Amino acid sequence: MNSFLTFDTTLFLLRGLGITLVIASCTIVLSFILGSVLGIARYSGKGPAAKIAVLYIDTIRNIPLLLFIIGFRFTMPLPPVVSAVTAMTVFTSAMVAEIVRGGLNGISHGQWEAAYSQGFSYIGTLVHVVLPQAVRKIRKPLMGQFVTAIKDTSFCSVIAVKELMYSGTIIMGKYVKSIQVIALYAVIALVYFSVNMLLLALSKKMIKEQE
Amino acid sequence: MFDLSRWQELFQNLNVFAEGFGVTVSVSILSLIFMLLISLVVGLLRCSENRAVRACLLAYINFFQNTPLVIQILFMYNVLPRAGVMLSPFTCGLLGLSLYTGAFGASIVEAAIKAVPKGQHEAAYSQGMNYTQTMFLIVLPQAVRIALPPLANQCVNMIKNSSVLALIAGGDLMYRADSWASDNLYYTQSFIFTGLLYLALCLPVSKWAERLEKKAAHI
Repeated sequence: MNSFLTFDTTLFLLRGLGITLVIASCTIVLSFILGSVLGIARYSGKGPAAKIAVLYIDTIRNIPLLLFIIGFRFTMPLPPVVSAVTAMTVFTSAMVAEIVRGGLNGISHGQWEAAYSQGFSYIGTLVHVVLPQAVRKIRKPLMGQFVTAIKDTSFCSVIAVKELMYSGTIIMGKYVKSIQVIALYAVIALVYFSVNMLLLALSKKMIKEQE
Repeated sequence: MFDLSRWQELFQNLNVFAEGFGVTVSVSILSLIFMLLISLVVGLLRCSENRAVRACLLAYINFFQNTPLVIQILFMYNVLPRAGVMLSPFTCGLLGLSLYTGAFGASIVEAAIKAVPKGQHEAAYSQGMNYTQTMFLIVLPQAVRIALPPLANQCVNMIKNSSVLALIAGGDLMYRADSWASDNLYYTQSFIFTGLLYLALCLPVSKWAERLEKKAAHI
């Protein structure tokens, strides 16, 4: 127990990081799809789809994620990781939907009229004219939301999903000295920090290359 | 879910939820005050001339924005006592929420100040105003209008994030709901009711933020 991080504990933490990344990437992909659909539905503003989207977004956005994570775990017969991904997807998709709608709202009406005058249909205008412009506008807030999703996976430690935070808490039981506990917290914080900074740097590079 | 007797039981134990609701509201309001102070001070200093100050504050903003709130709160709760600093769960939550949301607020305020056209600064200086007068009389009043909608959104996030107090036995709404439900296993009822309480707290603020955003878009 002399050395701080042995091979085994490092491996254990890395496995935790792996689960964190799996939960985060599943959440990000699923909520991007669901969120875009909801955002477009709300933006269209007509019909029952828009009403459902408004209800969904306004409700989910104003309830803490922790409630979803704990609630889904205790009221649904799902394995822990699946339950965590479901809860996070439900929550994050509402946030993504608002971002998508914000981006769509930022496109001026003239774009629609111009596309219609060229004979585009509603769907055609949306897919070929409006969405590509909206996507450019929302890249930054979307990236922020994805970073938040990575951070939010730490909530899953509450339902004993062995992600990074929970793995760290388990290992913490091994250490007695204050300096070791502090160092372990620092290591975990640093891992989250580097993953997020890496993601932000990559997205910045990508945005620059596209322009 | 539709078992009436369980709902009856819940309404008989309403004081449990009311206490938790009270803690959530008070920690949110106090954090809001501190968070606004942090955002204003850090945001202003981020626009100062001193490079060292700017770099330090950027480190603060980046660190707190990119590490989970859960870690920050657990650190304060589990590690600080080892260094002789004993904080109550409520204080831990208050400190964590203010610092975490303050980091987001600071970058909002910074961006808002930088969004005010440079001509405004120059015009104020040309009228003989000094730096403080320029900032507080000319630039900040305009920056506030830009910063208000995103700050209101951060406020909603903060109320929601106050549920992390449940992790350190802070006695907030989430904690009470969870412990009440694990006593009698009425999870569905407890969580639906808790969700509605959070909704009642956050929905007015986020609707207000939405209205502010719409107004700002028209100007």
